[in-house]
Amino acid sequence: MSVEAKKTDGQGPQSLRDMPDAGGHFGIFGGRFVSETLMGPVEELRQAYEAARSDASFVDQFETELACFVGRPTPIYPAERLTRFAGGASIWLKREDLCHTGAHKINNTVGQALLAQRMGKTRVIAETGAGQHGVATATVAARLGLDCVVYMGSEDMRRQESNVFRMRLLGAEVVPVESGSRTLKDALNEAMRDWVTNVDDTFYIIGTVAGPHPYPAMVRDFQSVIGREAREQMLDVTGRLPDAVVACVGGGSNAIGMFHPFLDDSEVALHGVEAGGDGLESGRHAAPLSAGRPGVLHGNRTYLMTDDDGQILHTHSVSAGLDYPGVGPEHAWLHDIGRVEYGSVDDKAALEAFHRLSSLEGIMPALESAHAVAHALELAAKLKPEENVLVNLSGRGDKDMATVAAQQGVAL
Amino acid sequence: MSRLERRFEELRREGRAALIPYIMTGDPKPQGTTDLMHALVRAGADAVELGMPFSDPIADGPVIQGAGERALAAGCRLRHSLEAVSEFREQDRETPVILMGYLNPIEIMGREAFIAQASAAGVDAVLIVDLPPEEAGTLAEDLRAAEMDLVFLVAPTTVPERRERAMSLASGFLYYVSLKGVTGAGGMDVARVRTELAGLREKTALPLGVGFGIGDAETAAAVGEFADAVIVGSALVGQLHEAADRGESPAIAAETFLAPLSRAVRNAAGNKPDNQPDKQEDAAVK
Repeated sequence: MSVEAKKTDGQGPQSLRDMPDAGGHFGIFGGRFVSETLMGPVEELRQAYEAARSDASFVDQFETELACFVGRPTPIYPAERLTRFAGGASIWLKREDLCHTGAHKINNTVGQALLAQRMGKTRVIAETGAGQHGVATATVAARLGLDCVVYMGSEDMRRQESNVFRMRLLGAEVVPVESGSRTLKDALNEAMRDWVTNVDDTFYIIGTVAGPHPYPAMVRDFQSVIGREAREQMLDVTGRLPDAVVACVGGGSNAIGMFHPFLDDSEVALHGVEAGGDGLESGRHAAPLSAGRPGVLHGNRTYLMTDDDGQILHTHSVSAGLDYPGVGPEHAWLHDIGRVEYGSVDDKAALEAFHRLSSLEGIMPALESAHAVAHALELAAKLKPEENVLVNLSGRGDKDMATVAAQQGVAL
Repeated sequence: MSRLERRFEELRREGRAALIPYIMTGDPKPQGTTDLMHALVRAGADAVELGMPFSDPIADGPVIQGAGERALAAGCRLRHSLEAVSEFREQDRETPVILMGYLNPIEIMGREAFIAQASAAGVDAVLIVDLPPEEAGTLAEDLRAAEMDLVFLVAPTTVPERRERAMSLASGFLYYVSLKGVTGAGGMDVARVRTELAGLREKTALPLGVGFGIGDAETAAAVGEFADAVIVGSALVGQLHEAADRGESPAIAAETFLAPLSRAVRNAAGNKPDNQPDKQEDAAVK
């Protein structure tokens, strides 16, 4: 938010936190690749957002909602038994799983819904894959009295029945998307089509740091509360910055929210973890930074899972929230300049980490976050006991009961 | 002068609008795109817009999405669009062909390779739905160097500064999106579009095309009175698909569908206002 913006202003042109440029570019990535009809609305959104972030009353309103509705600040937690198991550096968890609705997603939906209200929009729309962003949007829409329509691939609706029911309980209309692969990317396409048709009264709440400018920067700013809090908390509790920070990356909103406040702390190693699915060599994964190439999708240039003909590939991950063929453009840039190291964790390792954290700490992570935990276990083992690894535990695993049960051959 | 400019120049002398139908490469049948293009010309098309299939067509409504999905399922890709144009050119050296689609397949092929192959195939213009002027870089110049035009869209939501930017960068013609929505949406307000086009004409000598929402002869006639091109996509694509489903010839269905629209734009000619010859001459000098 604006507080953040002022801090970066003083850091001069050397800061890695000053991106994007005026056109929304992070190096060659980002930008605005949308149909002409949306160029006006995205610019109107940019202006409204710029005005809001430098308006103290908006910042106040946002911070109040984060405190009393979302439940912030979320704590950092020393995972002592997990640390002993890994046998190396101390592992700390940033507990975004304790946010209202069970994941970091709501930080962003609160911010965007308040902006929608400020812009006089009466209707919000969203895309959702696993349903977490849809639930977070429906929740805030109920809180603020906004009409809410959530687009969801029909295939995902089948896989995530309980979240569909939750959204409907909250008063949202859930629209099945039957086009393409009937998953998250198609839901995003359909939400864009709704927006282009209803731009006058509708605000599109994108759930991740992708899309046309200003979405990647705006969603990052709303999510940066994660890293700001965690950075302060680590300084308070351990007296210094962590040696490494780990987060999972689908579109990449929890990761950028965690990383951004650390970007200029060159002594802090940053690790992004993509979904390796059945393994990178199988081709069945969702790891565009690890095994994709630059292209253009959903309004921005970024790394994509695309074939030699430029068609977007189907992705695979045990965690629906990481099952996306693109990644936020700021991640693409951080990857190319080498500030963040991106790797991948496959389904099997993520499931093992899910069980490990559940049984050793009594914390059931979302399968998305379990990817970060798996990577942190490996990383901690290589580091010294006096070092600290901070993991963004972006969500809780209740939503994944059916998936985990199915993996074990248990019918719920 | 490009083939497209030449065609608009001829029609200006005839005093009527161009009829530009859109079809998707490889739909309704994977084979036969070239035959269909010839059928469109027989039925009165003055130029042909050929869709390049893409997996994530965010600006398209259900009809063209469906066409793209069928084309992709049948194995059609960007290179097949280029092949279709190349084959079309074996028999037709006159009718301009405009490729329409999305940026990613072009980026993955590489802009240079795309320009070289499109030029070799005999493409006249390119319209990339998700490439606004701000992101076009040198593509417009590079295409022009290969005697092709880059067509830009102007929408009801396009603010004046951006309209001017599109006008200064576009060549061939300017494509006015007649409504807020995706392709194939209904409910076009003809009177409002007429006013909008009059406003655009004061600023540019480029021919002005209108599309998104023209599906019948009546609307085509009304738009033909004030536009330089009447673009018909979803309504035609829908008809072709239905015909193919019934086991009928898409080429015959195309001719049947297009004939009344063709008559409509030709009859609208008498009602066409002054074409601003001064500005047209200025453009020719440039």
